[in-house]
Amino acid sequence: MSLFGFSLKPRRPKTAQTAKDRLQILLAHERSGSSQVPDYLPKLQQDILEVIRKYMTIAEDDVDIRVEHKDDISSLEINIEMPTPEQKKSGAQTSKPAKS
Amino acid sequence: MTKTEDKALKDKAPLGKVIVITSGKGGVGKTTSAAAISAALAKRGHKTVVIDFDVGLRNLDMIMGCERRVVFDFINVIQGEARLKQALIKDKRLDTLSILPTSQTRDKDALTQDGVEKVLNELKEEFDYIVCDSPAGIERGAQLAMYFADEAVVVTNPEVSSVRDSDRVLGLLSSKTKRAETGGDEVKAQVLLTRHDQRRIDAGEMMTIEDVLEILAVPLLGVIPESPAVLRASNVGTPVVLDEPSAASRAYEDAVARLLGEEVEMRIGNEKRPGLFGRIFGRSA
Repeated sequence: MSLFGFSLKPRRPKTAQTAKDRLQILLAHERSGSSQVPDYLPKLQQDILEVIRKYMTIAEDDVDIRVEHKDDISSLEINIEMPTPEQKKSGAQTSKPAKS
Repeated sequence: MTKTEDKALKDKAPLGKVIVITSGKGGVGKTTSAAAISAALAKRGHKTVVIDFDVGLRNLDMIMGCERRVVFDFINVIQGEARLKQALIKDKRLDTLSILPTSQTRDKDALTQDGVEKVLNELKEEFDYIVCDSPAGIERGAQLAMYFADEAVVVTNPEVSSVRDSDRVLGLLSSKTKRAETGGDEVKAQVLLTRHDQRRIDAGEMMTIEDVLEILAVPLLGVIPESPAVLRASNVGTPVVLDEPSAASRAYEDAVARLLGEEVEMRIGNEKRPGLFGRIFGRSA
């Protein structure tokens, strides 16, 4: 609360600019139709999980898939958390970029 | 508005232009705007009808102040249960204005594309402007409200969810309308910014007009200031432009002048808070 039209608290950043920035980023994705991409991700995650399980024991949430958009490049990142050496012998982290 | 202009208008064949008032998001002022725009068009002497497409949640009748005069509705006409003439309600304030209310009891499936087209074609024979008040959302009612439109007024608040939804609706206007599907001229879409609050913009709390236009990239039809006159007018069932003059009513009149192709300077009206004297002597802004 300000008593005389000003307050002693430090000024908060202008939220209007934040609103504009967020909208611009979001709409750029929605307009390009790239927001449709993640629709197949849950299925992809399940398939990858099944393939990996042929070779090692991992839990449901050990496979993490995310898509990132930067400018005109989209990257698909798949992270698989390996079982500890005691559980299994070898392991590696996979990261696979893909152009959309 | 000149008398000679009015007279000339009456002698001409009806223009039959369909204007949809849409937004995607609810509560941004579609019905208020549809009522104000149609009343302002009628006030200028254009034969105007405003149609409520919000089946099941009708409200245009209340905003127009004719809720107790509804006998038959848009759905009755589409279903062949009543003739269009029986369902049209003539406004008591303006003889150039009519209202076509919708049904409060049926659901949106009662609207059919063929039915809507038939009613619109019949209205085009008699009216210069057919203003379609779209429901919120992007489902059947909203789709049919915009499908046959020649022009669109996208009502937007300077607020993230409203701007996002407006963007979505603009996408639909350029793809899911008769004009888009038949490859004719595009539906002419313009943004009507409502609930504009200059004080909050000055404080950096609200996106500016320029911010919103930069994001949506369509022309600006007008800026309606946040105004107590809007609630007042809806309380008494009077379109804002037929109520006592206010910053909001002036802004709607300007917007309608632009809709008709007039060049009107964009003035950002502000509802002046009456000072102490104003309040004491009851001077209205």
